[in-house]
Amino acid sequence: MRPQIMEEVEGLRGINSVKIKEAHEAGKKVVGMYCVFSPSEIALAADAISVTLCGTAQGPIEDAEKELPRNLCPLIKSSYGFAITDKCPYFYFSDVLLAETTCDGKKKMYELMGKIKPMHIMNLPQTANDEDSLESWKKEMVKFKNFLEEKLEVEITDENLRDAIKLMNRERNAMKKLHKLNAHKPAPLSGMDMMLAQWLKGFNVDKEAGIDLIERLIAEVEERMAKGIYAFDETAPRILLTGCPIGSGSEKVLKALEEAGASVVALENCTGYKGLDVLVDEDENKDLMLALAEKYLSTPCSCMTNNNSRLDLIGRLAKEYDVDGVVDLTWQACHTYNIESFTVKKFVQEELDLPFIQIETDYSDSDTGQVKVRVEAFLETLERPATAK
Amino acid sequence: MHYIGIDIGSTAAKVSVFEDDNLIENFTMPTGWSSIETSKVIKERLEEKNIVIDESKVIATGYGRISVPYANKTITEITCHGKGTYYLLGKDSTVIDIGGQDTKIITLDKGRVTNFTMNDKCAAGTGRFLELMANTLGVSIDELSNMALSGEDINITSMCTVFAESEVISLIGSGTKRESIARGIINSITGRVYAMLHKHGTSDTIFLTGGLCEVEPFIKLLSEKLQIQVKTDSLARYAGSIGAALLTKEL
Repeated sequence: MRPQIMEEVEGLRGINSVKIKEAHEAGKKVVGMYCVFSPSEIALAADAISVTLCGTAQGPIEDAEKELPRNLCPLIKSSYGFAITDKCPYFYFSDVLLAETTCDGKKKMYELMGKIKPMHIMNLPQTANDEDSLESWKKEMVKFKNFLEEKLEVEITDENLRDAIKLMNRERNAMKKLHKLNAHKPAPLSGMDMMLAQWLKGFNVDKEAGIDLIERLIAEVEERMAKGIYAFDETAPRILLTGCPIGSGSEKVLKALEEAGASVVALENCTGYKGLDVLVDEDENKDLMLALAEKYLSTPCSCMTNNNSRLDLIGRLAKEYDVDGVVDLTWQACHTYNIESFTVKKFVQEELDLPFIQIETDYSDSDTGQVKVRVEAFLETLERPATAK
Repeated sequence: MHYIGIDIGSTAAKVSVFEDDNLIENFTMPTGWSSIETSKVIKERLEEKNIVIDESKVIATGYGRISVPYANKTITEITCHGKGTYYLLGKDSTVIDIGGQDTKIITLDKGRVTNFTMNDKCAAGTGRFLELMANTLGVSIDELSNMALSGEDINITSMCTVFAESEVISLIGSGTKRESIARGIINSITGRVYAMLHKHGTSDTIFLTGGLCEVEPFIKLLSEKLQIQVKTDSLARYAGSIGAALLTKEL
């Protein structure tokens, strides 16, 4: 049995697509974004709505492949497919798009997408461990601010920015608190519900209402915990899921894990905990653009080289959530995550002394059987009876 | 009490039966078009041998594992191959299972599977690849492996099975010796296994399970490629079903 408020969370899907239409018709500006590196605060400070754009479903991939290569990551193909077929209301109602140079596939796809809608590209440094990187990323923040001011014909004041930073930090804190509930043994929320709650928040047109909903969900889950109601029992193996982002339509590995009896307790990916870990510094005396640059540059993404902070985060979450194994999901043709998996495997097996498996797949159902075998066999290796033979 | 393991793979179904601690029966049959039909036939075969399903414990494994209605439990072939190998070899090893549609590398530690790697959804490097290529050359897998021993050491470079088939056809067309083409085909498989094995990490003992364990020239060429004598057993084709049967004792 899932918390009742999860139905309301799922309802966001319909509500948000109506709300975005209404807001657009009322003259409100919309900034569509793809990535956890995108500073929503600047869009909010411009009195615009900041939304995530669709890119987690198989549906529009066929259309994307008319223009994009087939052997490209499904996330890029799906995003582009949604853009050219008008199947994503958030894309459709976006006045401007914000993109970022995370990987080769995305940045070249954005060149094509930029022909459909006005788009601003933030040039992401390729390393976070360098003074110059922070300086250049701060300049990118300023450029994006200037772009929005000009395009939306508004002035982004420091006061508005401070408010937006506080709002986004509150949203992060609520999400973080929700996520941390699953550190409890057994976990009170299924991984599927945790993923849905976090993924749907990206499409929230009304941030305040979204925060309120998550706080009510937390309250209900805490009540259930007090009554001893959990999503899984004590025996379910606890899994940390890391790797590429997932959302509705691309949840097959998470689903396979939970159907095979595992409890996915932590999601260390962009659609999970990754973007929540670090808040924007709210120090009054701090340069706002610098504060934003610091926060977003700290994202432990595989597009960074090197990317030791991802290992630190995996290590921290593995301990905090007391996990029994780590599953690394890689979308096909996602070179950075795919190559980094070798490093993650070594780290998880040797430093954390935990079982590890990488699963490389796409959004299609073509390998459902194989994914099931891998997942079930992995969970079987976690069982440890008293005698070996 | 009988302990029965049924391994329904994509190509063949394997059955093993223990009576207490004695392995009394191993047989195989083609999986055919329906795993459910196959599981019925298996039941009949067992009953002919006076092995009563209702009085036995049964574990099913392999791709058809969910199609065995009388199984007490299903377990993946990876755990079963690990268990079966430990029984046959009597010690830990790295297991290579070249199956009909998957190739797997399995690490054993004190008889238990601690780690495994599987090929992706592509058929390159699997038994199915070998079967298709043998068909293209019009020979059996045994004949192909034998021919490969006397061939020149050429490479089939296509990663994709369908393109590899085209490559084989054009090699035939250009008059390349059949023995050399056969060698190229075997190299394609052993090369994939080599890369998978080393990415996975390997121990001192390599044990081959699955249908190819009976093809001596293949084992010879695989050993040459891996630069280590690959071990196997006359019953290694039944590693999955033996492992499944042994696991019923834990039910």
